Parts: sequence; C-alpha cells; structure tokens
Amino acid sequence: MASMRDIKRRKSSIQGTQQITKAMKLVSTVKLQRARANAERSKTYFDCMYQTVSSILSRVGHIEHKYLIPGKAAKKAVIVITSNRGLAGGYNSNVVKLITRNEELSREDLLIYAIGNKGKDILQRNGYEIKEELPEVIEEPSYADAMLLAQRLLDSFAKEEIGEIYLAYTSFKNTVSHEPRLIRLLPVECDADMQAADAQNAMMNFEPEDIEALDMIIPKYITSLIYGAMMEAVASENGARMQAMDNATSNAEEMISDLSLKYNRARQGSITQELTEIIAGAEALG
Amino acid sequence: MADNNSFKLHIITPDRVFYEGEAEMVEFNTTEGEIGVLPGHIPLTVIIKPGILKIYEKDAQKDAALHAGFAEILPDSITILAEIVEWPNEIDEERAESALHRAEERLHQKTPDIDVARAEAALLRAMARIQVLK
Repeated sequence: MASMRDIKRRKSSIQGTQQITKAMKLVSTVKLQRARANAERSKTYFDCMYQTVSSILSRVGHIEHKYLIPGKAAKKAVIVITSNRGLAGGYNSNVVKLITRNEELSREDLLIYAIGNKGKDILQRNGYEIKEELPEVIEEPSYADAMLLAQRLLDSFAKEEIGEIYLAYTSFKNTVSHEPRLIRLLPVECDADMQAADAQNAMMNFEPEDIEALDMIIPKYITSLIYGAMMEAVASENGARMQAMDNATSNAEEMISDLSLKYNRARQGSITQELTEIIAGAEALG
Repeated sequence: MADNNSFKLHIITPDRVFYEGEAEMVEFNTTEGEIGVLPGHIPLTVIIKPGILKIYEKDAQKDAALHAGFAEILPDSITILAEIVEWPNEIDEERAESALHRAEERLHQKTPDIDVARAEAALLRAMARIQVLK
C-alpha cells in the first residue's frame, strides 16, 4: 500500500488540476454563449441567401454554368476549419478524420486551406499539401476574411488550378451536440430541397438575367457559407471544450474521492499498527 | 395586410439585422440603375451597386450607405441581403474623403498595373458614403 504521504501528494496535485479544468470550463461556457449568439445572427442571413440561391437554381434548371459543373483540374481544394488550441476532446481530430477517412478524396489531389492551427498540424504530419494557413482568422471570424478567402478560391477555380472546392467544419446543433461535416461548395449542388423551393418561387424575376445573376450571387453564397461555417465552428469548439473540461472535472472528482478513501484507510492502518506495537511493548515489559 | 400603402422591409447583414420595419417606399442603386420600390411590386431579385439607400417610412425618411449585396422584392415585403451597409453616424468622413481621392488618382494615372474595376468600386463606395453624410 502506498504511503500516506504519497497519497496526499497525489491528491493535492489532482485537486490543482481540477481547479484548472473547472476554470477552463467556465471560460468556455462564457465564450460559447457569445459565439452561439453570433452564429445564430449569421444564420438569418445565410438562410435567406440559401433560399434565393435555391430559387434561382431551380428556375434555371440544368444549364452549363461554370459554377455548376466541375472544373477540369484534378486538384480539389478543401477548407478545413479547426481550432488553434487543443483540450477540446475530439473536436479537431473529428474534422480531420472527415478528410483522411474519405475514400473519394485521395491525398495527392488535395490542396488544404487550413483555418486553425490544430487541423493544419495533423494534416501536415499526414503528408497533405497545405496551400494556405490562416490561424488568426478563427480567433475572430469576420465577413471580410471569408470574402477574401472565397475570392482567392474562385480565382484559382477560374484559372483551372482547382476543379472542386470542399469545406470541412463542425456544425453546431446545440450545446451538447456538434457534428463534423464535409460539404461541397463548388460546383454548387442542386439537391432535393432546391426542387421543393421551386413551387413557391416560380414567379421570381431577375435583373440582370439569371445567368449573370448567378455569376454575382454564387460568390456571395460561397462567402456566406464559409462565414457561417466559421461562426458555427467557433461555437462548436467552445461547446466541445466545455464538455471535455466538464468530463475532466468530474473525473478528477472521482479520483479525489477514491484517493481520500485510500488515504483514510492508510491512516487507520498506521494507527492500528502503532497501537499493536505499543500494546506488544507493554506486554513484554509486564 | 390591412394597410396597402406599406410593405415590410428587412435589411440583413452577416453580423446583424440592420433594419426591420414598415416602409412606404425604398430607393437604392442596382447594377441596372437606380430603382425606387413601392408596395405591390412584381417579384424581382436585383444585385446591388454601391449607392444611397433611402427608406421612406410613414412620417420619416432614413438614409444609409449600401455597398454590396442583393435584394429580393416581393409584393408585400423586401429583403435586402447586404454585405456592407452603414448608417450615416457609422461613417468616418475623413476616411471616405481620402479613399475618394486615392481612387480618383488611381483611375487618372491609367498605369497598366492597376485594377480598374477595383478602383472604380472603391470610388463608388466612397462617393456613396460622402453623399449619405450630406
């Protein structure tokens, strides 16, 4: 059995750690609330944007627009949104797994645009080509950042350096549930929802004409997707960290109570031993 | 709607809801020219160019500088998805003036290495900002 002093030292070290995790949990709770409010605000904008783009696409049908067909280049750009700091449970590695475990995305074809250091580090170690690193963007996502990134991506797309653009991030459902997600930005996907939007928006007119409108709206649409993803990712990061720290705190609690029990047992053991020795000594004298 | 003389106007930016309320008329600049929209307009989506946004409420008029985005017009409501929009009190006049001069200079120089489209866009933005302040 470990000595009383060892147990005591171990216990106080765990108590120290527990205080840290508790403080980190509180900090991320506060940050989460703010990030969540931001994410919800940007959602209004995004929803309207999505509706408009859906209605345009449902009207124009299957036309040969440059943003609706894959480019000729084999390279695919992937924007990977992770955090700059760790201690957030599986948050970062789950996003990276979307890419490493995806059979359709082979390592040689990918160009990574890494927002956030952690994802960049892991992908770099795995031999992926990092085209751009933007660690500072995730600290305080701004619409201007998203616009510049979207602009650069669309330029490369126009120059046929890349043929498709993907976005990997963690979507924020609520405080306890966040889901890593990989979506395709370009070519724009026409899914079932878009067909459904058809009926109610059939009367919409466009000025300028549909095709020109697409040219102008799709870059804005992509920007808003990137911006929305950054907002959700920040909220998810803080949510994930809050959960991880909550678990760590309760684990520490458990260990402390276990060690307290062991410590008391050891203390009792040593008292019993001392008593036995004293009594034995007294008997030997008498 | 009970009252046919007004429509619902929403102006949404990525960070906030800029304006929400009833308006009788709204004017702004689009790629096809300046337009004024009254209630009962046919459904229309337009792309915005930098310019002044004028909101006519029942007994008040509000101006703002609207720079980029697009608008969805329906008979009883208008939604403007604005990338950048500012109230007059949010505009820094000195900065707008200097941006205006910079953009003008660039356009006058006509050196081959300048991005004309970008300079023109900057010029339009600066002009919209200054006009709103006046």
